Amino acid sequence: MSVTGEITCQELVELVTSYLEGALPEKERVLFEQHLVICRACSTHLDQVRATQRALRGVGRAQIDPGARAKLIDAFREWKSQ
Amino acid sequence: MNLVVAAFSPQPSKSVLGWWQWPLERTELPHHDHVRTAPPGDAELVAALRAGDERAFVDLVEQLHPSLVRLARSWVDSPAVAEEVAQETWLGVLRGLDSFESRSSLKTWIFRILVNRAKTRGERESRTISFTDAAWRDDSSDAPSVDADRFLGPDHQRWPQHWAAPPQRWDELPEERLLGDETRALIEREIATLPPAQRQVIELRDVEGLNGDEVCRMLDLTPGNQRVLLHRARSHVRRALERYLEPA
Repeated sequence: MSVTGEITCQELVELVTSYLEGALPEKERVLFEQHLVICRACSTHLDQVRATQRALRGVGRAQIDPGARAKLIDAFREWKSQ
Repeated sequence: MNLVVAAFSPQPSKSVLGWWQWPLERTELPHHDHVRTAPPGDAELVAALRAGDERAFVDLVEQLHPSLVRLARSWVDSPAVAEEVAQETWLGVLRGLDSFESRSSLKTWIFRILVNRAKTRGERESRTISFTDAAWRDDSSDAPSVDADRFLGPDHQRWPQHWAAPPQRWDELPEERLLGDETRALIEREIATLPPAQRQVIELRDVEGLNGDEVCRMLDLTPGNQRVLLHRARSHVRRALERYLEPA
């Protein structure tokens, strides 16, 4: 942070996760949001971090290996019969 | 950042422990024992499983098994062993169903079982010194989340440390592109290259959507360290997406 209390773009990009996690102290959060209002590039950067999170959520949807599926069904039937 | 990095410094006296067990900023440990209730639907699902409803079990397995295998890979090298760990997890789930108390979501509970098994297995397979050192070297690199040359220098007269090369829009691409199979494959490859601690955090938080408190407890991390790991991992994936999706 500079003496005037503003944060620079280079500082802001390192604070993004803390901001999104709600972990920035109040004073820094205000500075962060004030910076976003006047800086389109940093707003874009934040949008891109959010887009990254959206894209990451998609990764979880994968197909199960059929062999594993069959084995687990067997295990379930065995558990049930006990 | 330097302070946080210092907190990750290897502690030789703890060398018998896996690196993920090193106490990190103990004084900052979260005090979050508040009770979480399971999401709606969990109670019915647990009841169905206890009653031996095979369809309910298969649905759940299809939904979570690939994630469990992927996550296990950050503790054990071999894909076959990761598969075994995931399968053992389901046996643990079945055996533990009667004691599941809905203090967390069913999904969180299942992931916790996986994490515990994968840790134990990882220790037994003793990915010891070489692995730990490699993981440590990667994790201690205090790389900026955006390359320094994208910014003006600190002594720039008018705009010190402001963007020299501002980001190009790629986040407004159609969702088919952003969330499509190719992008997904790219992200999977990138996650696989991350140091294990980063990989564990980003998979549990961003891929699986578990909450921060739960993940801190599961991985024995302080909230501060979890944020650093999440920040590095997300930054890595964001940079990869930028390279791949940014208009030429």
